[in-house]
Amino acid sequence: MEEKEILLMKGNEAVAHAAIRCGCDGYFGYPITPQSEVLETLSLEKPWETTGMVVLQAESEVASINMLYGGAATGKRVMTSSSSPGVALMQEGITYMAGAELPGLIVNVQRGGPGLGTIQPSQGDYFQSTRGGGNGDYNVIVLAPASVQEMADFVDLSFTLAFRYRTPVIMLSDGVIGQMMEKVVLPPFKPRRTDEEVRLECPWAVTGMRGRSKNIITSLELDPSAMEQHNLQLQKKYQTIRENEVRYEEFLTDDADYLIVAFGSASRIALKSIEICRQKGIRVGMLRPITLWPFPTARIAELAERVKGILSVEINAGQMVEDIRLAVEGRTPVNHYGRMGGIVPAPDEIVDAIEKMRK
Amino acid sequence: MKQEIIIAGFGGQGVLSMGKILAYSALFEGKEVTWMPAYGPEQRGGTANVTVIVSDERISSPILSEFDVAVILNQPSLDKFESSIKPGGTLIYDPNGISEPPKRKDITIYHIDAIGAATELDNIKAFNMIVLGGLLKVCPVVSDENVQKALRKTLPQRHHNLIPLNEEALRRGKEIVELD
Repeated sequence: MEEKEILLMKGNEAVAHAAIRCGCDGYFGYPITPQSEVLETLSLEKPWETTGMVVLQAESEVASINMLYGGAATGKRVMTSSSSPGVALMQEGITYMAGAELPGLIVNVQRGGPGLGTIQPSQGDYFQSTRGGGNGDYNVIVLAPASVQEMADFVDLSFTLAFRYRTPVIMLSDGVIGQMMEKVVLPPFKPRRTDEEVRLECPWAVTGMRGRSKNIITSLELDPSAMEQHNLQLQKKYQTIRENEVRYEEFLTDDADYLIVAFGSASRIALKSIEICRQKGIRVGMLRPITLWPFPTARIAELAERVKGILSVEINAGQMVEDIRLAVEGRTPVNHYGRMGGIVPAPDEIVDAIEKMRK
Repeated sequence: MKQEIIIAGFGGQGVLSMGKILAYSALFEGKEVTWMPAYGPEQRGGTANVTVIVSDERISSPILSEFDVAVILNQPSLDKFESSIKPGGTLIYDPNGISEPPKRKDITIYHIDAIGAATELDNIKAFNMIVLGGLLKVCPVVSDENVQKALRKTLPQRHHNLIPLNEEALRRGKEIVELD
């Protein structure tokens, strides 16, 4: 058995190593702080010499996402990474991929906005990711890693989900998780799929006709009744995803009087706040959504029945709190605590917000 | 056991790489560890800081409001972090460039003339290893053996000829750190 080596690295570096190891066929990206280490690490590792994975610095984020569209259309495991303003540029490509039902991975290492904003951490792209930042009725699966280990583990998971449902998947990280170093065990090496394996897994892909009928990859359909049918089929798929792919983690919710809901780096900070609250005798627990879409609505509704209040902790002005309120439907008070513009809340600020709820 | 450490100073002083060597030492020690830089557009001359947490147990927040140990290498960092040290905690500072020394009475304060010692060693780049030596003397969170391993890990191969100098710097730091 291969011994599992424990390494120390940044979240961004873990994404790059995991991509090479999970049989990724191509990475297309453009540098932007705080995610530039993804492309840097891939360039240092030179996977094109080992696994044959393509690594290309595109001329822009718009080019990157359209390279993803092209690669995905041929059934390849392709990905890009960027940070908030760069991902904003990609939204057209993402809705085209959703419309054409193409799998692909977009990693967003968020920074403060709006606009060009700042280079410091933020979770201000929750709406952009979960509401469909582009046009039309679509959703993408959104995974929120909270550790360097999850930055590594979620790459393969994202590809698995992307191909299972033929949908883009967003890994919504941020400057904290991307820039921090932590211990990580990288996933075992998995070879890239052969052309034959791609044809078997992706009968819809444009792989050369050879004895089958024509495959067309497009998001355009000028006949409205056909387009409505396409939309109905997409909505059916989204419902299947809602039923099967909700992921979350709970901490000390059994006896909790107050519940924190937080994802990604905010959930790490909130854990420290919970330690402090518990020392003070305040029973606080946490639910950490791992999938932001689909959202753990049902579980939050259950917990809302037995807590005195819920605090949404986000590094933004209050975005996920809307989904929490939709889940809670007035069963218990729901507050929000967050910071903006690249300022990350400290654990004691969250403790203060909990104490305020108790008054 | 858990040590929550902040190292803060000017960019270019080797603040982040000092934290990195500490973090790798903790990895070799078999501890849990996080290394979180206050990254930014910082350049040589600007301020830089890094939070390193070394623990026997899973680490929650990589971002903290209070620290067990603060290693302070310039006045702006002292102004910013002196009040963030837990009562009973430790402050280590290099007095060079400090115009208003620390005033807290409820913490243990050490000073280390690392700039002076680096000048004596005729290598200003050894500065951060001298400071790290001082830190490890008063807060032995990792063993010397694992620090040496970490040095080999973090220094590029082409700089391995500098390892003896770095080890000398660590030793020197342990000798010269003293109570305020």
